[in-house]
Amino acid sequence: MTERLDTLTSRTVARLTPWLLPALILGGWQAAVSFGLVSNRFMPAPLDVARAGIEAARSGELWTNLGVSTLRALAGFAIGGGIGFALGLANGLSPRSERLTDTSVQMVRNIPHLSLIPLVILWFGIGEEAKLFLVALGVFFPIYANTLHGIRSVDPTLVEMGRVYGMTNSELFRRVVLPGALPSIFVGLRYGLGIMWLTLIVAETISASSGLGYMAMQAREFMLVDVVVLAILIYAALGKLADALTRGLERVCLAWNPAYRTV
Amino acid sequence: MLLDLTRPETATRRVEAVPPTAGLPPAAADRGIAVTVQGLAKRFGEASVLEGLDLYLPAGGFTAVVGRSGCGKSTLLRLILGLETPSAGRIRLDDAEAARRRARPRRIMFQEPRLLPWARVLDNVAVGLTGQGTRAERRARAAAALEEVGLSGKAGAWPATLSGGQRQRVALARALVSRPGLMALDEPLGALDALTRIGMQDLIERIWQAQRFTALLVTHDVGEAVALADRILVLDAGRVALDLKVDVPRPRRRGDPRLAALEGRILEYLLGGKAA
Repeated sequence: MTERLDTLTSRTVARLTPWLLPALILGGWQAAVSFGLVSNRFMPAPLDVARAGIEAARSGELWTNLGVSTLRALAGFAIGGGIGFALGLANGLSPRSERLTDTSVQMVRNIPHLSLIPLVILWFGIGEEAKLFLVALGVFFPIYANTLHGIRSVDPTLVEMGRVYGMTNSELFRRVVLPGALPSIFVGLRYGLGIMWLTLIVAETISASSGLGYMAMQAREFMLVDVVVLAILIYAALGKLADALTRGLERVCLAWNPAYRTV
Repeated sequence: MLLDLTRPETATRRVEAVPPTAGLPPAAADRGIAVTVQGLAKRFGEASVLEGLDLYLPAGGFTAVVGRSGCGKSTLLRLILGLETPSAGRIRLDDAEAARRRARPRRIMFQEPRLLPWARVLDNVAVGLTGQGTRAERRARAAAALEEVGLSGKAGAWPATLSGGQRQRVALARALVSRPGLMALDEPLGALDALTRIGMQDLIERIWQAQRFTALLVTHDVGEAVALADRILVLDAGRVALDLKVDVPRPRRRGDPRLAALEGRILEYLLGGKAA
């Protein structure tokens, strides 16, 4: 009985440990502002940020901007990720397709996609297309590169086994190649999600008339430091959320792999 | 035996579904595929691996091929399985009825189990029935094959959780589940520890006696060849250097002096004595 209680407490401790450091930082931050060590004109206290959050949520402004940003992020991700995945598959499976496109992709990859912002504004203005284009471009490369690498690293002895047992090409792809490439594809997915938020925030901060980045820029104009900090914290939460979703997906899809089965 | 019971009872198959009686000479026409090899040669670029090899494997026989590394024994096996194309010569697979050849496939057991890590054990065995029947039928026959190798309890496990010997048993079940006419064994026990290996040898012998497929074992363990095969080919420089019959009745006792003498003779040849 006590033993079971012990494992229960140890499990609770294990689950809470990752949050210890963020909690300490928040506490220290609140204390520093409360005791006047830091001027709240530059750094508002956590409680002020929370208050700003509640106010923005109540007025509906937060939800509209959050919704607009999320929609942009997902649409850009779907476009860029979809193209990257398809091209990665094509180049992983067909040497001819790879000879044709891979060199070009590698050249474009070395251009930081955010450096295209001035050009993109010239092309698309500050409309939705500009943001979608940048997010799609940023997400494309990690998904492409990791899908390609995943397919390349599929164990050739398993492919031979599949052929010996009479699998057709589509069966071979579905049962051997794709599952074998999946761990690497997930790595690409996680990188892609990170780049998705980063790109969107930069794009919205520079040129937008709605969205989280726009909200933060507006707040800066009016010296509303608490709203600026609120926006930054929301980015952190969104990034963490995307990562947690991918982890959950990995645990379901890669349950066979001992490296993912723990926890 | 068990596999026979789970086979779909179609009208054409009922005739041949009579299980072979243990102890009788192999019902060759019913079970195995005979293999005829004529003037077989294989070159990889400049290097010649096999030169003008002639060979006849009778249906239902158990033949072992031994030789030093690089003597071409694995290449011979891969050629017979159709995994490589010969540079010259012919390989003919004879079945009593040519039309039935598809129903009696060629199967191979590799040195590594080559299981799909993302498929559970039962589904890995069902890979052996790719393209046959419905999913439910495949799973039922796979379960029977798993029982035959003594792993029924592991049907739902991931391959990563099995021991090396268990994985190789799953690979054996996968090769057996389609009732092969020819089973090639490419050093399938090379990576196992000594005790597990002996257990696997007994299992392979027992299943071969029950199913009477034509077995072709490539190994560098002469003791294993002597224990399992009824004929041993020693390959040297791309040719059959020795062709020996193993006239020891089964079940064979480990440490039988006749087996030991034969093993000694082959080893002496391989180690350079050439006094065969």
